[in-house]
Amino acid sequence: MIGLQHYLAVSAILFAMGVFGIFLNRKNIIIILMAIELILLSVNINLVAFSAYLGDLVGQVFAMFVLTVAAGEAAIGLAILVIYFRGRGTIAVDDVNRMKG
Amino acid sequence: MIQVFAFYLFATLVVAAGGLCILSRNPVHSVLWLIFAFFNAAGLMLLCGAEFIAMLLIIVYVGAVSVLFLFVVMMLDIDFAEMRAGFVKYLPAGLLLVVALGAEILIAGSAWRAGGLALSQRTAPTPEEVPNIEALGTLLYTRYLFIFEGAGLVLLVAMIGAIVLTHRIRGGVRQQNIMRQNMRRPQDAIRNVDQPVGQGVEL
Repeated sequence: MIGLQHYLAVSAILFAMGVFGIFLNRKNIIIILMAIELILLSVNINLVAFSAYLGDLVGQVFAMFVLTVAAGEAAIGLAILVIYFRGRGTIAVDDVNRMKG
Repeated sequence: MIQVFAFYLFATLVVAAGGLCILSRNPVHSVLWLIFAFFNAAGLMLLCGAEFIAMLLIIVYVGAVSVLFLFVVMMLDIDFAEMRAGFVKYLPAGLLLVVALGAEILIAGSAWRAGGLALSQRTAPTPEEVPNIEALGTLLYTRYLFIFEGAGLVLLVAMIGAIVLTHRIRGGVRQQNIMRQNMRRPQDAIRNVDQPVGQGVEL
């Protein structure tokens, strides 16, 4: 059986990679959203690993709720992106602060 | 043995796919690497016995979220080369911060010991001899019923929000007006004309 630490290590690397993705692609909001999905995925791996190793099912229930929120977040984020693009013809995040109107 | 091999295979591939997802030049490739990362994460979850979450990951993430990303990337006409302008500029600071963050998490994780944990105080111990999906369903439909319905409500709000945000009423489009059609009578639309020969009809 693989140790819990191994799962936690994979999850930590994935989390750091998601944060790195947000840093690298500061202009491209689509990749930023994808990096957020990576971060949520790493959180899910963490929850499921703890659930399996402590023998407690609540972790998996929680992972499902994280999944729900991730799906909703992607839908709303991409909808905002689409209307922003429709209005301005670009998705450069640098001047999003004009949205405050 | 095969389990160790599978774990390292999935772990390596999920990390590699995540890295390629954030580094790749073309956003379509990014989405495809993201899908690959989700598949491998589902494999990791299968290895520790969470079959339902693994299948959910494939259905929800690969089937819905990634396809949504792919749809938006392909629908918007964007110059992605210009988007990568700050890439090299942000690389050193980002790398520094991320290495620090990753090291912190790894050190904290390896310092953690489950010594003082009372396993008898688990909220919902995994039942023996019951399939994962059955145990999860029992828990979800009894103790966590209201939270489960709340999750459904979150999805409903997200769906309505996305529709309200992106819906637009187009101007200059001819649409059917059913009330006007039903209100129309023959005497408004038809007239009898006794037309002499050789003259045109006036409309």
